[in-house]
Amino acid sequence: MKLDSKIPAGPLAEKWTNYKASQKLVNPANKRKLDIIVVGTGLAGASAAASLGALGFNVDIFCIQDSPRRAHSIAAQGGINAAKNYQNDGDSVERLFRDTIKGGDYRAREANVYRLAEVSNAIIDQCVAQGVPFARDYGGLLDNRSFGGAQVSRTFYAKGQTGQQLLLGAYGALSREINRGTVKLHTRCEMMDLVVVDGRARGIITRDLVTGQLQRYAAHAVVLATGGYGNIYYLSTNAMNSNGSAALVCHRKGAAFANPCYVQIHPTCIPVHGDYQSKLTLMSESLRNDGRIWVPKKKEDAEAIRAGKLKPTDITEEDRDYYLERRYPAFGNLVPRDVASRAAKERCDAGYGVGTGYAVYLDFADAIKRLGKDAVEQKYGNLFQMYQKITDENPYETPMMIYPAIHYTMGGLWVDYELQTTIPGLFAAGEANFSDHGANRLGASALMQGLADGYFVLPYTLQNYLADQINVGKISTETKEFEEAENNVKNRLERLMNNSKLQTANSKLKTVDYFHKHLGKIMWEYCGMARNTESLAKAKNLVSELENEFWKEVNIPGSQNEMNPELEKAYRLEDYFELAQLIIDDAMHREESCGGHFRTEHQTEDGETLRDDEKFMYVAAWDYQGHGKPETMEKEPLNYEYIQIAMRNYK
Amino acid sequence: MRFTLHIWRQENAHAKGQFETYPIDNISPDCSFLEMLDILNESLINDRIAHPVCFDNDCREGICGMCGLYINGRPHGNDDGITTCQLHMRKFNDGDEIWIEPWRAKAFPVIRDLVVDRSALDKIIQAGGYINTTTGGVPDANAIPIPKHVADMAMDAAACIGCGACVAACKNASAMLFVGAKVSHLALLPQGEVEAMDRVRSMVEKMDELGFGNCTNTYACEAECPKLIKRQNISRLNRHWIGSLLGRDKK
Repeated sequence: MKLDSKIPAGPLAEKWTNYKASQKLVNPANKRKLDIIVVGTGLAGASAAASLGALGFNVDIFCIQDSPRRAHSIAAQGGINAAKNYQNDGDSVERLFRDTIKGGDYRAREANVYRLAEVSNAIIDQCVAQGVPFARDYGGLLDNRSFGGAQVSRTFYAKGQTGQQLLLGAYGALSREINRGTVKLHTRCEMMDLVVVDGRARGIITRDLVTGQLQRYAAHAVVLATGGYGNIYYLSTNAMNSNGSAALVCHRKGAAFANPCYVQIHPTCIPVHGDYQSKLTLMSESLRNDGRIWVPKKKEDAEAIRAGKLKPTDITEEDRDYYLERRYPAFGNLVPRDVASRAAKERCDAGYGVGTGYAVYLDFADAIKRLGKDAVEQKYGNLFQMYQKITDENPYETPMMIYPAIHYTMGGLWVDYELQTTIPGLFAAGEANFSDHGANRLGASALMQGLADGYFVLPYTLQNYLADQINVGKISTETKEFEEAENNVKNRLERLMNNSKLQTANSKLKTVDYFHKHLGKIMWEYCGMARNTESLAKAKNLVSELENEFWKEVNIPGSQNEMNPELEKAYRLEDYFELAQLIIDDAMHREESCGGHFRTEHQTEDGETLRDDEKFMYVAAWDYQGHGKPETMEKEPLNYEYIQIAMRNYK
Repeated sequence: MRFTLHIWRQENAHAKGQFETYPIDNISPDCSFLEMLDILNESLINDRIAHPVCFDNDCREGICGMCGLYINGRPHGNDDGITTCQLHMRKFNDGDEIWIEPWRAKAFPVIRDLVVDRSALDKIIQAGGYINTTTGGVPDANAIPIPKHVADMAMDAAACIGCGACVAACKNASAMLFVGAKVSHLALLPQGEVEAMDRVRSMVEKMDELGFGNCTNTYACEAECPKLIKRQNISRLNRHWIGSLLGRDKK
């Protein structure tokens, strides 16, 4: 495996312009002859398919849900960043670029991040043209709010439902192309394998989730936009069906997987309350604009609150520890997510947590006093309502309780500047790739990246690849590569189903969820917010043991030829066992702390991340070697030509 | 808490379905309704009583629109402004009998158990529920100021999650609230006004073609909408549709 990031020559600010000026194009008549598969209908997938369809390519798009509008981008609450500088507060492309690199703890590729900042403004224009109802001020112009890791207000939003509105915009554009016949939609259809012919991605094998039928689809290029793998932790803010399997099957076929250990833990989620719990709900980062985070200053107060003897409102101002404002006076409650999460864990581990002991307060009393209840309701009403429905507590009267939870994965398939993976013809976009967020993503940047990739990057870079493909002709599915891939999927499903049938005499049988919950606990405990050599070694053993146990005791009812959600969960979990080992290996090898990756051996005296730029300023791209075998790693060095490397400081 | 569940079971679109009864015990009041069904499924699998109950769900935070169950005669259950995944067991009394059914509408055939096919809603959107624009070549986002109250009204209409509760609640299985919400969202904004008349005509035609009923002004849809979409959107839909028949947009 050879990594070539294909960064265009020239000064940073001119790279993308130069690329576009010299890339190859496909003429309109030839576009009709070229087929593209897009897997996933979230922001990246839907925007890519809509844009490529509008250009005239033949696109097939796939999603596992019943409609493309269900993709988990829909749940993003807070907003989308852009360098419009509508607020005249000193923002610029340059500033957004620098904030993103710094937020990622100097572990992202400069050229990609600059391009992201550069196209960010066009995204807002595009969305407004589609009718996305962004919040406006009384003059009728667009409003902004602030997000973590920035000192400017550059976040555009639509109430607390920005992801929903952006996705519906992309879904509208996609629906238009479906109506025009350039895009064909396949719902309740899961990608099971990638088909590689003569070293190029040429198609996919899918499973119809209603009938269980396997199908073959061929194309000249495949775009993977299947999101992240955060659900490996079981309890996360991801949707129940979000999964890492499509990326993992591509990895097995030769696509390098980059920085798997970079997972983002979001500081403001509703805390865990019971064993039966299936997911954690995020409370938007935008709440940190006006909410103040605190725990009691005195341990005995915290104990009394946990025992139900004191209420948070009983604690006087002097007895509250606004620990983020104390530790980071410059950014206060708006420090980046990884910093805020670790600070909450630190307080709770030290015995100052409230609720079950693993929760801190997010308090709006000051904001209500300052702005009035109506203004707070106007800004955050739907989030407050969501909180109240789940917890049965009124956040206008008593502070919210929050705790960090797994939210996003910065790691993903390795891609070059063109978003192409190490398999020619296979592209990865959005959360599925690794490229723009380094070791920590800033709030409101995921939506920006998903749409940048789909609307403004892939329509260019895919053409550059496809220009060589105009004489290839239609790709046939009747080849040995397709047959082999389909047989592999068939065998895999049969192995799971037969295994389960063999076990019917076993009385200790357990459901797939049982194993998934255990895997999640292992990963959270030993490879979560804080990691060290010891915990990672332990995690590795525990995951192997659990995988063995899975094959001995899992019970999958029904058959593969019907709608069978238990089987779906089982094959996704099987992939997670493999991915878990990779995450642990990556976390083990990276002997430094950066962004979301916190190795307890590497921290400053006051508990901040301690990077080792000399040894680890690179992207770790892992190459699959077969099940159970350690993967080999290639390094892509990160050369910062324009950024002055510094210790990340939010004080 | 303890409950007796009566759940609609149907093996596939062609099979005959019936209610099956399952008792369930030891449920925490803080448990969500779907987590309660997870617990039921876990026991059905472990005790090999029956195939686990199939039900659509995904985000479990009330925004994806994937979940939707008819619970004791109400879409999304006995609470206002929520989806099924946001319903918690504390809303029930200990010992309650709970009847759980799929959405019932001609345009939403059952796929299995509580899972129905809602692709008809996608088809209505595909018929014109968007602004005709391609990527690139659009004006600056602040080029067209939009009065705040208009933008807010458009946002309220755009909050629809496409779950289909309005259709399920309606005795005519009408999709007028769903269509009205999209027509309003786009027609209220200057960007969408240009094609408003063509849009309403093609969406309504598609809606009729797919077997949705008409509105007879009982507003069960509004009462059951998890996102509190207002019936005024139906009035606007009617106004625009009549306007489109008069050919106001064609010179």
